[in-house]
Amino acid sequence: MPPNTWSVLDFEKPIAELDDQIAEIKRITAVSGEDRTEDIAALETDRDRLLAEIFANLTPWDKTLLARHPKRPYTLDYARLIFDDYTEIHGDRLFADDHAMVGGIASMDGRMVMFVGQQKGRDLKDRQYRNFGSAKPEGYRKAMRLMTLAAKFGRPVICFVDTPAADCSVGAEERGISEAIARSMMHMSTLETPIIAVVLGEGGSGGAIGIGVGDRVLMMEHSIYSVIPPEGCAAILWRDPTKGKEAAEALQITSDAALKLGIIDEVIPEPLGGAHRNVDLAARNLKSAITKHLNELEKLSISKLLDQRYRKFRCMGAYRSRQAVEVSA
Amino acid sequence: MTQWFGGKASRKAARKSADALPDGLWTKCPKCNEILFNKELEKNLRVCNKCGYHYRLGALERINMTVDDGTFIEMDSDLLPSDPLEFPEYASKVNRDTAKTGLSDAIVTGTADIGGIKVVIGVADFAFMGGSMGGVVGEKVVRAMEAAIDAKLPVVMFTASGGARMQEGLLSLMQMPKTCAAAARLNKAGLPYIVVFTDPTMAGVLASYASVGDFIFSEPGALVGFAGQRVGQQAQVVRQPENFQRAEFQLEHGMIDRIVPRREVRSILTKVLQFCGFDKEENDAA
Repeated sequence: MPPNTWSVLDFEKPIAELDDQIAEIKRITAVSGEDRTEDIAALETDRDRLLAEIFANLTPWDKTLLARHPKRPYTLDYARLIFDDYTEIHGDRLFADDHAMVGGIASMDGRMVMFVGQQKGRDLKDRQYRNFGSAKPEGYRKAMRLMTLAAKFGRPVICFVDTPAADCSVGAEERGISEAIARSMMHMSTLETPIIAVVLGEGGSGGAIGIGVGDRVLMMEHSIYSVIPPEGCAAILWRDPTKGKEAAEALQITSDAALKLGIIDEVIPEPLGGAHRNVDLAARNLKSAITKHLNELEKLSISKLLDQRYRKFRCMGAYRSRQAVEVSA
Repeated sequence: MTQWFGGKASRKAARKSADALPDGLWTKCPKCNEILFNKELEKNLRVCNKCGYHYRLGALERINMTVDDGTFIEMDSDLLPSDPLEFPEYASKVNRDTAKTGLSDAIVTGTADIGGIKVVIGVADFAFMGGSMGGVVGEKVVRAMEAAIDAKLPVVMFTASGGARMQEGLLSLMQMPKTCAAAARLNKAGLPYIVVFTDPTMAGVLASYASVGDFIFSEPGALVGFAGQRVGQQAQVVRQPENFQRAEFQLEHGMIDRIVPRREVRSILTKVLQFCGFDKEENDAA
């Protein structure tokens, strides 16, 4: 079995076949010296057309799979590409260092920032080390500690969200995972420095919003952001976790939907076929979006910034008023 | 973030006892099976006099039990849920629970006196879509806190919820930061924020405005936790302590200030409000 078969999604298979053909021709011609650039160009055109076609028709469930793609760039992959320097800072000074929540001081084009984000693991061992990107109370408390430092020294905060959910183990419950998330949101709502939060892959409910209270909230094009994982929703509503596909439709978890609902400020475009097909380009897009928003936010006074942040979340939510109903009736 | 709890058996028991109450003479305690006369049960604030089991209460029932007679004035009763995602079966569930409870959503807010001290109070109702927090609940909580800031009043919240209302998708998730941001303002205004957990207080509600009170109390035996059983089971199979996610477990781990039986809630609230510098005279003067 080719090594990358497990990491190819069903709807990516026709693309992967063309990729393999192209790679095969390149391998042969490298040995034989034969010139087949035209063949390669034709195949590449075919592949890109197919990519465009497939990616124009992705369902919310396809997007869910893409957001969880095993080859998808993770928080530290982006950090390596967008920061010219990054020094990790560990621990919550209370209990432990959470490997699912990373952070530290970073420099982006010479601009010093505090960086916080959830980190998933790539291989089995790494995934366990990172607890599958599910942070524990100590992760949120570490995040709060780093953000406090950022505010103290007048540096902006950049949060990368990529988590299936916060950790729901007995230990997390014992140490107050709910309190940690609630406190973190409360803390962020009054933090006296600009905050930019970006959903890179999975924006999993409370685990995501726990570091997601930003002046600007952005999403990578093929990321998802949801109040509950589609499978969990299906398990509760229909008692059938296999109905994730239907739940993904109903929950409106794509970046487009979040933009329409007014939850996020911008969708950051990904390269054709998803961020994993061209990580450098994805990182460039991410960096230029962050830079643009930071430039805007740094012009605001702290009181204006905090006022806007409060109003931003204050306005979110849907309800009707009885009077309005009567008027329209 | 939304869970429904208690398994089929206890849900059935809760439904059965609720059905039995209006016309029946007696009801059976779902915990100890004691036969309880409804009149006695009412007199005992719907707590089993044998085992201390605390029945779940409707919001209005709890308000009547908690505040000084005739002092409750409801706020924002005009807010109704909407269906922003046109989520399957949501509208019909709202209609069903509106008919069942007589409420427009899962929380009732207003002003009232407790021991002669004026407060802003919010009481959640689990019978309305599992007490889940959607746009109406989030908005009412925030308006209650903002009203308290304007009038310089303390806030008392009784929570009962399965979590965020998933039928409103991301919009309901955003009620978490929204309510926490309002709680931050309340805190900055130097006003007391007292939370009383009732059965159950879970997930998106526990992980937001419920957990940031200055004082956090809980009724005994209340289910209080982050991930509900159905979601938890799916996520991982682990050995759980016997009282896992009960109020007593949370007390043991330092998440709750004190477990307060129902008949002591009024006196504890009065005591805490007095500690925070609020008393009867001051309010009378104001």
